[in-house]
Amino acid sequence: MAHQNEIVVRFAGEGGQGVVTAAEMLGRAATAVGYHALTFATFPSQILGGPTWTQARVSPREVLSPGDAVDILVAFNDYAYQEHREEVREGGVILHDPSVHPDPGFGGVRNLPIPFDALAKKTGESRAANMVVMGALSRLVNMPLDYFKTFVEQRWSGREAVIKANHMALDLGYEQAAEEAPIAELGTPQKPSYDQLFIKGNEALAIGAIHAGLDFYVGYPISPATPVLIYMERNLVGEGRFAYQVSSEIEAITAVLGASFSGKKAMSATSGPGFTLMSEGIGLAWMAEIPCVIVDVQRGGPATGLPTKTEQSDLLAALSPAHGDSRLPIIAPGTVEECFRAAVTAFNWAERYQGPVILLSEHSLAERAQNIERPDLNTVQVEDRVVYTGTNGYHRYEGWELSPMPIPGGPGAYVANGSEHDGMGDTTHLGSRHIQMTERRFSKLKLLEDTTYESHNPDASVAIMTWGGSKGSAQEAHQLLEAEASTRGKLGWYYTMFLHPMPPALLEELRQKELVLVPELNYQGQFASVLRSLGIKAEAITQYTGLPFKAGPLAQRIAEKIGRAGKQPTKAKVKA
Amino acid sequence: MTSKNPEYDFKWCPGCGDFGVRRALEYAMEARIIRTELPMENNVVVAGIGCSGNLVHLLEGAQPYGFHGIHGRSLPIALGVKMARPELNVVTVAGDGDFLSIGMEHIAPQAARNLNICAIVMDNGVYGLTKGQSSPTTELGVITSSTPYGKIETPLNPLALYFTLGVSFIASSYSSKPRDLGKLIAAGMDHPGFAIVQVQSPCTTYNDTYEALKGNPSKGIDPTAWTIPDDHDPTDRAEAYDIISQGGIPLGIIYKNEDRPTLDQQNEELHQRVVVKTPNQLLDTFAI
Repeated sequence: MAHQNEIVVRFAGEGGQGVVTAAEMLGRAATAVGYHALTFATFPSQILGGPTWTQARVSPREVLSPGDAVDILVAFNDYAYQEHREEVREGGVILHDPSVHPDPGFGGVRNLPIPFDALAKKTGESRAANMVVMGALSRLVNMPLDYFKTFVEQRWSGREAVIKANHMALDLGYEQAAEEAPIAELGTPQKPSYDQLFIKGNEALAIGAIHAGLDFYVGYPISPATPVLIYMERNLVGEGRFAYQVSSEIEAITAVLGASFSGKKAMSATSGPGFTLMSEGIGLAWMAEIPCVIVDVQRGGPATGLPTKTEQSDLLAALSPAHGDSRLPIIAPGTVEECFRAAVTAFNWAERYQGPVILLSEHSLAERAQNIERPDLNTVQVEDRVVYTGTNGYHRYEGWELSPMPIPGGPGAYVANGSEHDGMGDTTHLGSRHIQMTERRFSKLKLLEDTTYESHNPDASVAIMTWGGSKGSAQEAHQLLEAEASTRGKLGWYYTMFLHPMPPALLEELRQKELVLVPELNYQGQFASVLRSLGIKAEAITQYTGLPFKAGPLAQRIAEKIGRAGKQPTKAKVKA
Repeated sequence: MTSKNPEYDFKWCPGCGDFGVRRALEYAMEARIIRTELPMENNVVVAGIGCSGNLVHLLEGAQPYGFHGIHGRSLPIALGVKMARPELNVVTVAGDGDFLSIGMEHIAPQAARNLNICAIVMDNGVYGLTKGQSSPTTELGVITSSTPYGKIETPLNPLALYFTLGVSFIASSYSSKPRDLGKLIAAGMDHPGFAIVQVQSPCTTYNDTYEALKGNPSKGIDPTAWTIPDDHDPTDRAEAYDIISQGGIPLGIIYKNEDRPTLDQQNEELHQRVVVKTPNQLLDTFAI
């Protein structure tokens, strides 16, 4: 393992110690010279202090998941050392604060004390502790110090004193590890030919929405969706735009509906508890046929649950958030890049079928920073509303299909109505009307059926079909199984971010499989149960630890299922 | 609803105060059309759920846009409409149950924002559509279907509440004189900020307060409604408080403050100060 060519570095300490920025800084510095990087973060739900850890995985190849084993642990305090040392692989290194007293009985790793804070103070910039760490890492992973120095120059461009202090911190850190043998050889980075971004899921999603024509954003602070609110407050400014913190998620969803009714593209982002509060309003959007995008950045639930952990347990709630007959369109991005594309598509869908679209993200994806290809905005298509331009006396809800939408100020005044209504929007109790309107609302979903999806090994009788933020881990698990002679070619791979409606051709393919394995982060196997209701022999592989899947253990669980499916080809056991 | 719609079978009870409120709102919107030369489609009526909310389907003549949403949420829907399109004239209509019970949480934020809309509260002191339950403004001890042994909580004083929350225009009236009420609603629409017109709109079936409002000398009943004197200065906070403290149902404009900026003005002012970035410029900030 001495010459492995990728590294996983975990930073563990207390909130406020720069733990979070350390992983991002490593990722940013590494991608700046042409490596690939992906970060993972988990925080306590408090302002200062509390155990926090982040992780960065750096590789010359594309990084799909946060990484299984830790090569280098940076422990800022004793608790962090005790809590995370088991995760460090044989032969790994633990960089630790001198206040940490390593357990002499815990072998197989190198312990390296570094006085991060004391060295930072020497530079005159006490916040440079992270750069001391980077200096030591530079030596340990054999990444030239110049890479980091260039990064410092770009980041603090024009602020000579800060640059000087951080350069000094890098040197001091490097000296601390100068005698240590590197544990990895990252190899020469290769900058891709295309432009890149280093960006988090929430940020990519926010820019996607703005590119799609978002004019109106309201939200209420809630982890882990708050960064979207903050981003919008800062950037969704200018003529005719409005970004604002309202007093609750109930205000948020209803204000979004008022704005969209008035002709603006509108959105709100929330997480589990807020999503629940929005449910009646989402039902109103479905009923009154008002386009809007609701982002649910999932966390652990129910109730307040795990506000700062990751889980994929809102799928069933997202399909039918409200009472009554409805089935909401859902787009669940699986990568940071997909967060951007999903946001654009969500708006396109909302306008195309005139109703609410749920954008289902999750904590690990929202906080994940990753290098992605910069989207070429000229090629990302944006759809706008079909607006009614005729005369007054229009029946906005007449018929079984989508109809142009009048906009206040223009002709065609009607009543957008949450009660069952007739063509002009007046309340009705007629059974025949309810039949027509119910069918009208469901028939519009056909407009959203997509034809594209990912597929690999289509001839295999067993396939894997994960969703959302588990994509990367599952993809890596699939690659591991493809690399094994015993499982090579035996496992199909399918993926789409369109969870409802799903691409019909994909459904048809999945129905032919003996077994479809669904790795997902919830107890019930929610997506698997949805697939079973669609006539697919699906079985979930679940995890509900608040953390994402690790690729290796996931591959193992998949391999076991393939073996079983092979023995009982016609009777795949289905989890309740 | 421009003409008789056979499918729409909702009816107010004979004598319902809501007829008068509807007429008053029509007067106010028609007067506005004449004055501003903007078409009726420039008006948006956001309705709550209850007998009151049906007003949006029962308006006669040229039709404004309507939004008949969900119970208690007329104000935040109006927030969306107004902040998306500040040039629209936005009115909400809701009852005392909708506005002051389930929707209570939305009053304070609009007051703080000084959202430039006019909210008409049709107060009949009872939940009519669900057949006679107690509401926040039902008097102490009153027997309703949900208080069979008498109501055991003190009624809310809506005017004192609005005043305390900082609502920048407060008027009070009853439904019996639609022309007068129409003028108050028109003043509320014209007010630059959050205007509330509290209207006593009696429920003839479950809580008939006409006699109490107007009094009946032959029975020795003094009217609860009283006209605010002409010399009242609504811009004087202390005088406004005096009016509210006198109790009963004052008729007229109690309080108004035209000096506070509205939310849309604040938002507009903010845009003057901030540099707008295009999506490509936003992407630039993450470039490596």
